[in-house]
Amino acid sequence: MARRILRDVAHARAGDKGDTSNVAVWAYDPADYPLLLRLLTPERVKAAFPHLIRGAVERYEMPHLHGLNLVMRHALEGGVNASLNLDSHGKSFSFLILGLPIDEA
Amino acid sequence: MAAPFRIGTGAGFSADRLDPAVALAREGALDAMLIECLGERTLAFGHRDRRLDPQRGYNAWLERRMRALLPPCRENRTTIVTNMGAANPSAAADRTVAIARELGLHGLVVACVEGDEVTDLLDPDTPFMDEEGTLRDVGLPIVGANAYLGADALLPALEAGADVVIGGRIADPSLAVAPLARHFGWRPDDWDRLGAGTLVGHLLECGMQVTGGYFADPGMKDVPDLARCGFPIAEVGADGAAIITKLASAGGSVTPLTVKEQLLYEVHDPRRYLTPDVTADFSAVSVTAEGRDRVAVGRAGGARRPDGLKVTVGFEGGYLAEAGVSYAGANAVGRGRLAAAILEERMREVHGIQGPIRIDLVGVNSLFATAGTPGAETEDVRVQAALRSTRREDAETLLWEVEAILCCGPAGGGGFRGQITPSVVTRSCLIDRERVRPRLRLEVA
Repeated sequence: MARRILRDVAHARAGDKGDTSNVAVWAYDPADYPLLLRLLTPERVKAAFPHLIRGAVERYEMPHLHGLNLVMRHALEGGVNASLNLDSHGKSFSFLILGLPIDEA
Repeated sequence: MAAPFRIGTGAGFSADRLDPAVALAREGALDAMLIECLGERTLAFGHRDRRLDPQRGYNAWLERRMRALLPPCRENRTTIVTNMGAANPSAAADRTVAIARELGLHGLVVACVEGDEVTDLLDPDTPFMDEEGTLRDVGLPIVGANAYLGADALLPALEAGADVVIGGRIADPSLAVAPLARHFGWRPDDWDRLGAGTLVGHLLECGMQVTGGYFADPGMKDVPDLARCGFPIAEVGADGAAIITKLASAGGSVTPLTVKEQLLYEVHDPRRYLTPDVTADFSAVSVTAEGRDRVAVGRAGGARRPDGLKVTVGFEGGYLAEAGVSYAGANAVGRGRLAAAILEERMREVHGIQGPIRIDLVGVNSLFATAGTPGAETEDVRVQAALRSTRREDAETLLWEVEAILCCGPAGGGGFRGQITPSVVTRSCLIDRERVRPRLRLEVA
């Protein structure tokens, strides 16, 4: 069986404001919401991408909609005006988060 | 119960599609259409354009949008509320009046809302809104600074009977809040209703991002007929609760999943979504399927609006140079890596360029390179180089060196493309709202 990743149980969307990226992650099945809470702690998210996320990670929970919002400071290589990343908005970061493995969570 | 107020989206960003807006203007039975076309960078580029030509600086597609949308909106008594004026609302309004006259839409009332430009009010020692430092620290020339105006700047235009309201830096959700507050008579301190209206504006302001755009992931999240995706419609009640839907004839889909994704798009703390109108609270928002492509949203709340208005300050940012060459077939990655190493050495050691240069191997690892994800195996790789500089010569050197790799680098390189684009830098600060004075000018076509 292929390794399971977050994309198998959740969907997500990325947005940017200045040098801050936010990725909201939503469980397809409410039963998987606790897994999101366990896997996507601010500490684990920051530790997964130490070179990318240079600031703090905050998390806001929306339990009744089975989703949470990750706000990652200084995560856009200076933001859309300064970044040399082809994706200077970090639009692709939703799939960066959705690529996290869930086997051990 | 009174009939709901029908508000739809005519654009969710500066380059958004036009044909779905025309369909909505014709068939959507809309009371109001919001056309949101402004981002921080778009506005800064507008200031640059205006400096080159005093008649420019507004949305590049205004002419085509207005020609296509004014007739059906007039016919269906749909009020247009837009920030297409960007850095030059006055010229945008003049152009709109001229188009209306050309089209024979006599009597159309066009309102121009100005006063968002606050460049002359800012002290260089003004601190940034959300980071250390002051405007002075940027060390670059300012191209323009604009405060986010709210619904209170638009209401006098609507009360005067405007058919089209054109502004510059109007906060995106306020484009919906103003016609809703006008229609339902919401008081300026009815924070819960203003919060509910802000939720409607927030869900509509990015257009198709709530009807299936920016959403599809084939196999997991399929969206029907995305090539013909429709813009959203909100049917809003007097308490601000709404149904989000779209034209049945349009592609796309409206589901609790599409609505939830947009609910927190570019939101940080859901309890405190700050706009010029209200501190909106989205933390308890309900999202419920009410039938095919119909989703009910409610329970947004609000608290007192902030005393300071956010200001976007744009600075001249020099140049962004981007250039690439491709390798395919056996050992494409090895040849691509060699090209990247040669480029790095040429730029740093031969040309002595010190600033940041980034070289990605597209196909192996590019967007996630900084995140340190493992690369992929491929036989089709593009070496993509980028730098920013205030010196145009440095930008030109990058293009020259990347093109030279064709004959001077590894075997089988092809497909050189390169471009230099002007760059802007933006920062945010706050201004006391009492210092910002919106101005209204009405003109009849």
